[in-house]
Amino acid sequence: MYRFWSIPRITRRAWKVWHRNLVVFFRTWKVNFFPPLIEAFLYLFAIGMGIGTYVKEIGGIPYVNFIAPAILAISVMNSAFFECTYGSYVRMYYQKSFDAMIATPLSIEDVIAGELLWGATRSVLYVIIMLPVLAAFGVISFPTSLLAIPLAFLGGLMFAGIAMCFTAITPSIDTLNYPSFLLITPMALFSGTFFPITLLPVLFQYIALALLPLTHLVAMMRMLTLPALTGMVLLHLAWITLVTACFCIVAINLMRRRLIV
Amino acid sequence: MAVRLSGVCKTDNPYLFTSLSSFVYSVLLPQCVDFYGCMPNHCFTGGAPIPDIIEVQDLEKKFGDVIAVNGISFTVKKGEVFGFLGPNGAGKTSTMKIIACVSPRTSGVIRVFGRDPDTCPAEIKLRLGVVPQETNLDPDFTCFGNLFTYSRYFDIPPDIAHKRAEELLEFVQLQEKRDVTIEKLSGGMKRRLILARALVNNPDLLILDEPTIGLDPQARHLIWERLKMLQAQGNTIVLTTHYLEEAARLCDRLVIMDNGKILVEGSPADLVKQYIGKEIVEVEKTEEVLSCLREKNIPFEEIGDTVQIATGSSREVVRTLFDHCSPQKVLTRPATLEDVFLKLTGRKLKE
Repeated sequence: MYRFWSIPRITRRAWKVWHRNLVVFFRTWKVNFFPPLIEAFLYLFAIGMGIGTYVKEIGGIPYVNFIAPAILAISVMNSAFFECTYGSYVRMYYQKSFDAMIATPLSIEDVIAGELLWGATRSVLYVIIMLPVLAAFGVISFPTSLLAIPLAFLGGLMFAGIAMCFTAITPSIDTLNYPSFLLITPMALFSGTFFPITLLPVLFQYIALALLPLTHLVAMMRMLTLPALTGMVLLHLAWITLVTACFCIVAINLMRRRLIV
Repeated sequence: MAVRLSGVCKTDNPYLFTSLSSFVYSVLLPQCVDFYGCMPNHCFTGGAPIPDIIEVQDLEKKFGDVIAVNGISFTVKKGEVFGFLGPNGAGKTSTMKIIACVSPRTSGVIRVFGRDPDTCPAEIKLRLGVVPQETNLDPDFTCFGNLFTYSRYFDIPPDIAHKRAEELLEFVQLQEKRDVTIEKLSGGMKRRLILARALVNNPDLLILDEPTIGLDPQARHLIWERLKMLQAQGNTIVLTTHYLEEAARLCDRLVIMDNGKILVEGSPADLVKQYIGKEIVEVEKTEEVLSCLREKNIPFEEIGDTVQIATGSSREVVRTLFDHCSPQKVLTRPATLEDVFLKLTGRKLKE
């Protein structure tokens, strides 16, 4: 039985893989910069201005301000998750990039760690692009909202780790649709994003808190953008850190099992 | 077998210096021993005899119940071109992958540059150039970009990498395709670019897995010519192929593998001499010829509608044939590596 929990030996060469992806990202920046920009506008108009006309405020907070941190958190989730599922799978399976990389001094652990770091970085870039838009609409507060940038890295790393676990076990690119529809989409709706989690039945509230990573990320984001920092922030932070570490470690070991035969 | 630089990185626990010598190195030359107790390349000079580039003993590789490599042993010396021949599924690629530190062995001993791929993969790979069987160039980059990006994985400084990439594009005659993306290249160009990519780090050992597979004769000849140049510069090259002509042209020494085992080892000329003889006489197969050959006690082999007679002196055989057997078409040709290969691995289709 392979040890899924063994601590992988990662060297700083992992940053070379990260660097490779960064170069490709900025070379095709036109394609890459617009989605987060458009996404921010779409959510703000459709849900913020649309639904917001009927739902004026939630717990004394204007509705648009309530969903602004959720827009950031969902974007963090999506960018890292899709980068490390479809993106990584294409690089691994179709482009054989990982095979080419491990023929150099890079180890498979370095390669996967680099991919995870890149997934997290993509989340950071998306948040950096979205912040000015949200700021322009005056729905987030500064300077605390700037902390969304480092938080995007941590949250991105968490979803990158989760995504990479699926990539490591998926039989084909088509089966990656399952986690997208069964995990990511419901999470985007039920994690306290567009309505408070307290509206859910009590049992589901517990499930959301215990099992849905996005719940914690949204809660933290909201504390930063409103701002409304409480001691709870530490609990959310601890939860995210722990889950991130677990998934990243397991992801690297699963990938090793898949690729090193 | 040459003297090994013992104890430098043969430790089971790579986190500890388990041998005195590496500990001493680490104290005297701290910049020469990395975190795992492996020594970078520039420390491997001095009085010790140069170890063989590759030493392999009783190497075994299993995939579940399937034995891909079944206890093979060989050594590759510095400056040599060493070939692996064999039908599909003989275990050539598995062996290459173990040497290239991307696939762990099941059992046996292997040292590349005197080091163990299990414990010092990065150190070994820093000095390797690998041409894989599958084309795995990076489609997100141009030809130049591929070489440049790959250089970064070897810690080559950008200015040197830049210069080297330009030189290598010229070496494989792809200067004009410098800024073209990979998908616009022909198969032959891609293989040439992969060869160039394998050379970015000036490797001490070049591993080529089917370097000319699927190429037209022009592209194949260009690659051969380039490999000859590298050979002349004293590079050590290990290659697999099932083009016998390629092996005969390039290899100083080769092994023929089948079913995970090494059947024979030697120089192409020696193998032909030893297993076939000098020449082959081919005669059209007729009852008359067959019975005549049996009568004269001349050993022969039936292949399709011809009969092959391996011999040291074709003249005698041909004379006997014409004098006694009234043959139809007769053809005399020098024996080749292909004859050895087919003799040893059989004529049945390998799947």
